[in-house]
Amino acid sequence: MALQNFLLIAAALFCIGIYGLITSRNAVRVLMSIELLLNAVNLNLLGFSNYLDSANIRGQLFAIFVITIAAAESAVGLAIILSIYRNRETVDMEQFNLLKW
Amino acid sequence: MNLAEGVQTVSFVVLATMMIASALGVVLLPNIVYSAFLLGGVFVSMAGLYLLLNADFVAAAQVLIYVGAVNVLILFAIMLVNRREPYAVIRWGWLRSGATGLVCIGLFAVLCSMILSAEWAVKPIVALPSTVAEIGKHFFSDYLLPFEVVSILLLIALVGAIVLARREYLPDEASSEEAFELVERPREPVAALGASSDRPLRGM
Repeated sequence: MALQNFLLIAAALFCIGIYGLITSRNAVRVLMSIELLLNAVNLNLLGFSNYLDSANIRGQLFAIFVITIAAAESAVGLAIILSIYRNRETVDMEQFNLLKW
Repeated sequence: MNLAEGVQTVSFVVLATMMIASALGVVLLPNIVYSAFLLGGVFVSMAGLYLLLNADFVAAAQVLIYVGAVNVLILFAIMLVNRREPYAVIRWGWLRSGATGLVCIGLFAVLCSMILSAEWAVKPIVALPSTVAEIGKHFFSDYLLPFEVVSILLLIALVGAIVLARREYLPDEASSEEAFELVERPREPVAALGASSDRPLRGM
């Protein structure tokens, strides 16, 4: 059990999340991919906290902050998706081009 | 390798396999309801990995907040916007997915080479008597300002989510007790509502 194992797992999860973030058409799935990205970052933070700074665990504090921000982000993001769905009647990311030139 | 290390290794392999497989399912499965449930699997496996990293409080917070709140919120959003629509095929879509996959694999390769080649300053792990007490001490001494800022941010996000998800129109001619009826079902867009405001909106 080394630090590198956890970092490799977190890197794999981060890459999967980026792939889903870019390629998915459904807006809710984009939010799920963002949650995957935040979880990968959390795993990195906790790994560093355990192996590099285990006396005073500052990485766990940052992980708690990240979890809080993720909860706020998902609530606001889902409200935005609901609002767009009411107005445009679709959740296709290809048709959300209101701010695109 | 003694018994504790063996248990740790086996549980790490099981949790990591579960997490990567569930994450691939979240991204790749066509049905989004399956994706949402697999996302719960990802969160639970992440909580197990946090336990392996001696972070019991964060693991409990992960289960409570992610599985209990975020995943349920996503499931509710899927129920609210659940309309099976055939997505229009875009030109060069396969090229975009392929290029994204290549970029992600390349990023993973770069990260792997960085992780495996770096010299990490790993220190021996100190066993704390209680992580909760340590986290509490940090939160109320040197991380007090971020803690309070995060609480303000949660309040702002709460108000913002309510304002964004609220319906835009107010039924004028409705009596006061009917105005508080839950009107989520008729999903006309706002422009259509303004054009035909005499149509009865409730009672579907």
